[in-house]
Amino acid sequence: MPPKVLILRAPGTNCDLETAFAFERAGAVTERLHINRLLENPRQFADFQILCLPGGFSYGDDIAAGRILGSQIQSHLADQLQQFKAAGKLILGICNGFQILARTGNVLLDVDPQTGPEATLTFNRSGRFEDRWVQLGVRSTNCVFLQGIHEMYLPVAHAEGNFVCRDEATLARLGQQGRIALRYTPLKTSAGSTNATIVPAASDSGDDVPYPQNPNGSRGSVAGFCDSSGRVLGLMPHPERHIDPTHHPRWTRGEAKAVGDGLKLFENAVAYFK
Amino acid sequence: MLWEVDIYPADGQPDRAGQRVAQEAADLGVAQNLSVATATGFLVEGQLTLAQAKHLAEHLLADRIVERTVVAAIGDAALMAAPLGKPVVVHVLPKPGVMDPVAQSALAAIADLQIPADAVRTFKKYWLAELPADRLRMLTSKLLANDAIEQVIVGPLPFDKLEFGAPYTFKLQTVAIDSLDDAGLMQLSRQGQLYLQLAEMQTIQARFRELGREPTDIELETIAQTWSEHCSHKTLAGRIAYRGPEGERTFKNMLKETIFAATDQLRKKWGEADWCVSVFKDNAGIVKFDAQHNVVFKVETHNHPSALEPYGGANTGLGGVIRDPLGTGMGAKPICNTNVFCFAPPDTAADQLPAGVLHPRRVMRGVVSGVRDYGNRMGIPTVNGAIYFDPRYLGNPLVYCGNVGILPCDQSFKQVLAEDYIVAIGGRTGRDGIHGATFSSAELTSESETLSGGAVQIGNAITEKMVLDVVLEARDRGLFHAITDCGAGGFSSAVGEMGEELGAVVWLDRVPLKYDGLNYTEIWISEAQERMVLSVGAEQWPEFEQLCQSEGVEATVIGQFVATGRLQLMYGAEEVGNLPMSLLHDGRPPVVRDAVYQPTAPQPLSEHPALSDYTGVLTKILGSLNVASKEWVIRQYDHEVQGGSVIKPLVGITNDGPSDAAVVRPILNSRRGLVISCGMNPNYGDFDTYHMAASAIDEALRNCVAVGADPKRIAILDNFCWGDCEKPETLGSLVRAALACHDLAVALGTPFISGKDSLNNEFRYATDDGQKRSIAIPPSLLISALGQVDDVSRCVTMDLKQPGSLLYLVGLTKDELGGSHFAQVESLTGGYVPQVDAGVANATFAAIHQAIQAGIIRACHDLSEGGLAVAAAEMAFAGGLGARIFLKQVPHTLDISQRATSILLFSESNTRFLCEVAAENMIAFEHAIGQVPHAVVGEVLAKPQLLIVGFDEAGAPAEPVDLLEIEHVVEADLADLKEAWQKPLRW
Repeated sequence: MPPKVLILRAPGTNCDLETAFAFERAGAVTERLHINRLLENPRQFADFQILCLPGGFSYGDDIAAGRILGSQIQSHLADQLQQFKAAGKLILGICNGFQILARTGNVLLDVDPQTGPEATLTFNRSGRFEDRWVQLGVRSTNCVFLQGIHEMYLPVAHAEGNFVCRDEATLARLGQQGRIALRYTPLKTSAGSTNATIVPAASDSGDDVPYPQNPNGSRGSVAGFCDSSGRVLGLMPHPERHIDPTHHPRWTRGEAKAVGDGLKLFENAVAYFK
Repeated sequence: MLWEVDIYPADGQPDRAGQRVAQEAADLGVAQNLSVATATGFLVEGQLTLAQAKHLAEHLLADRIVERTVVAAIGDAALMAAPLGKPVVVHVLPKPGVMDPVAQSALAAIADLQIPADAVRTFKKYWLAELPADRLRMLTSKLLANDAIEQVIVGPLPFDKLEFGAPYTFKLQTVAIDSLDDAGLMQLSRQGQLYLQLAEMQTIQARFRELGREPTDIELETIAQTWSEHCSHKTLAGRIAYRGPEGERTFKNMLKETIFAATDQLRKKWGEADWCVSVFKDNAGIVKFDAQHNVVFKVETHNHPSALEPYGGANTGLGGVIRDPLGTGMGAKPICNTNVFCFAPPDTAADQLPAGVLHPRRVMRGVVSGVRDYGNRMGIPTVNGAIYFDPRYLGNPLVYCGNVGILPCDQSFKQVLAEDYIVAIGGRTGRDGIHGATFSSAELTSESETLSGGAVQIGNAITEKMVLDVVLEARDRGLFHAITDCGAGGFSSAVGEMGEELGAVVWLDRVPLKYDGLNYTEIWISEAQERMVLSVGAEQWPEFEQLCQSEGVEATVIGQFVATGRLQLMYGAEEVGNLPMSLLHDGRPPVVRDAVYQPTAPQPLSEHPALSDYTGVLTKILGSLNVASKEWVIRQYDHEVQGGSVIKPLVGITNDGPSDAAVVRPILNSRRGLVISCGMNPNYGDFDTYHMAASAIDEALRNCVAVGADPKRIAILDNFCWGDCEKPETLGSLVRAALACHDLAVALGTPFISGKDSLNNEFRYATDDGQKRSIAIPPSLLISALGQVDDVSRCVTMDLKQPGSLLYLVGLTKDELGGSHFAQVESLTGGYVPQVDAGVANATFAAIHQAIQAGIIRACHDLSEGGLAVAAAEMAFAGGLGARIFLKQVPHTLDISQRATSILLFSESNTRFLCEVAAENMIAFEHAIGQVPHAVVGEVLAKPQLLIVGFDEAGAPAEPVDLLEIEHVVEADLADLKEAWQKPLRW
């Protein structure tokens, strides 16, 4: 039985269709469900193995990106999500989905409720929305979604992806714990000469790459973040926008592979349930 | 209780809004080194406690890691604690009634937290150093706020409750028209903002005399809206007596006899193979795409609102045009946007602006942000566009917004049925956008802002996204019979058009309102955004209503279509209007307008010295605003959402070269693609609008063909933005352009499927010494093209790919530097404007397409602004590879003379492509190109330089001459050329 993916929709969600397409191409069965339906009947969670919060502008990103939907989830669905996670299921937040996960703080990012959030996503240092492609290095060994992936080339498209930790010590600790699953890395040249190697997490917290390789100015070049179980991942780049070779910005230069880098992430999620 | 929540950047976090204000204040010369601290704020009214207000601030409104909050009852001293050295506080709030999406969302989110709040308002707070009063006024009016939509309060906020509107007491208004003389009629037309002409006012007067009564205010408004230029295109679809170089011609309906006629002629010729589905009828044109889907395309303008409030104008411009495909057929899904803007140069001196004109830099920033925020939030990729600069756009910037949609073939038509409910869905109706339709017929003046501020609006993209979601679902479930958008003229136009064949009764008191106090006429003509009108059968209504409810979209029955042939308007039990539909749609008196045109007599380009080195000129053209990189703009648009991106607007080795056109795959499991491109060149209009129009069509097509579109399947749109067409010369220049549109469309087999015009783009003002001035925009015809490719894997980009490849120039270079960028940067006048040889163009497009299909073109770029030299430079730096070009090899029609060098380098002759071809494909390429003029003009180099060998010196490339000895007319490092191209608009 292929796993069932709940693609959560809310007013302003806009990457739901292509994200569902990517999951289906990876072999999953998907259902796009409106938040209102889920609030009416939260027990529906039990029917699914994977929860995906896709990209978009939930509630217009009014107040701040992901804030309102995050608040709604925290108020009404916190217990259900806790159970979902405890049952060994997977949660993926892409772009706005990551921002929403970040706002739900204690539920999804294993953050201590006493001290408040350890980290947030805020405005890009450039001060504006940007769509550009970035090189990513995987820095987690236990993240289910990233198994067997060392690097990815994916697009980002956001205004509020700047990962800010409460303090440097927190950033260093999160890095040591392998929670910083994805970092922006220097762009490979067209000739493809740079071979990405996995840098040990401990020495990793200070490796900021400059703008625009790090498109939003995140301290520690953080692009994706996972929980301690490795089953919850939030990332700013869009894996669903690089599954076809013609998604690659330089496919006409012969640089694309037969399959886009992002597909493997969805395949990993599906394979986890086999 | 009214609580104020101020949100400041936390210690150590940058104050970006403050930095931006300081930077822009310096840019505009308002203040150097302005010291400023900013906060965003919320006013929350309701029965909540301080603890609850603080909870809201910490958990909903602010981010505790990067922000800090001050929460207190309004008027509390804590809110007025000035940061060191910044004693002056300025509050900026949206004016009451102006759309405030954040406040709306915040109110809903607060309710979700079970905290009792009744109303929310947002504001911005600026703490400033002491400034002289006039400087402060300048800062607030030029930078911090826009009077059209915002109010400025210097000092503490002076109110203790939030008020929105006052209850409305019904009173029927009639307008005394019977006794008015001509002067009185015209006064009524102007003061009532009807903007109707005398003959039209006289017709209305006569019709009501026949009826033996005075019109009610709503009847007069309904007629004005329906007869407005915006809704009826009465000038171009009207009677015109034209005199031009072609001789004299009289038109009964100019558009029908030129542009529509061309499409009709093509469709007849194609017969069974006709691939147009619906043209010039619905809200957008429809053509076939694949066996299951049709595609629709529409481009609109939103010029006057964008002049007054660039963000809101452009925001609602894009929001409005997205509703066109959504309101076409039974509703098309929007799949990509295109946006073209025209501005005055951003370096215009701030102190030389006429009164009432916003600085072009501010206009550009506002317009780009407005389009960005709407398109990105809707989740529709913005894939194509262009920006043109000319000082004549100073008081009258142009904002063209376009949208492509896709719909199932069997959902391409709609029919309103008698007894269907008239259902309004989406945003509520407010006082915003009143008189937008008639206002677009008026010239802008320095007083436009005070007169027509109500025409300016802010959009709420998420409301429209929610509407989009339910419309597509309802369409697929078969829950309505017809749909249209609520655009200019509001309900009056939407219901008037849908009910044209039948008749309608409308219950205006049932329309959901944003706030109290609107009278029945305001409800009827409000252009509040994000609304659609549907015709829903009684049997469909329960499920339709349930669907809308489940997605949080408001849906209301506001009337019924009835087979009476009349438009009956009710407010409660009172009849406030009752007009025959025939008066609205056929009653307009025919006005014959005169049009004359005389193109500038052709003359040679003014004297300019022959240079031995043109590198400097090339660098100047690359850095000229029209040519310069628009990356700063493009990256702010999400151009990849929906997952179908194939050719992006930026291409090449570092993803930053200028693509000719965009390609998207709208169906994710199909390889079939859509190509979107555009063509425009206002400079040529100063010479001859016929050749300007022909060149724009050629440019749009060659951009499309350059990436791989099938030239036999390209549909185009026209958007005319012109000056005051009551002037015979101005109208004449437009008719001449329309004649070119007809001729080229027929000759190239390229149908126009939809279009739109915006006339009266003139700005009137008085100089400091009281002299009256007027600036008319240059004739600005945008041609937007929608092409198709069978298999996107055949598509080609413009960046050079492989050292050693041959560079072919396809097409003839002529002495056509009139209106060119060479003439512009060298300040030259005269010259011959580029023309189009349609026969050659047909053959060329077909040949290029064949070669692309055969996979033997590695890179292809059209030659446009700046000619061969610019095209070669762009291809080279986009690919990170050099090129050597021999001018002597260029196919041309010139007399051999010294002047040839500048012509060969920079002529903007149409229908030319520079193609990179691998040496082993030489024979195959030449076979594909056949009889079309072409030649190998150079080669791709590994070393990053552009070398152009001059006309006299060059040997044939095969000869073993010592290339180091050759004198180059252009010799430049790619890094320098690229920097010149990227620097001007790298904001």
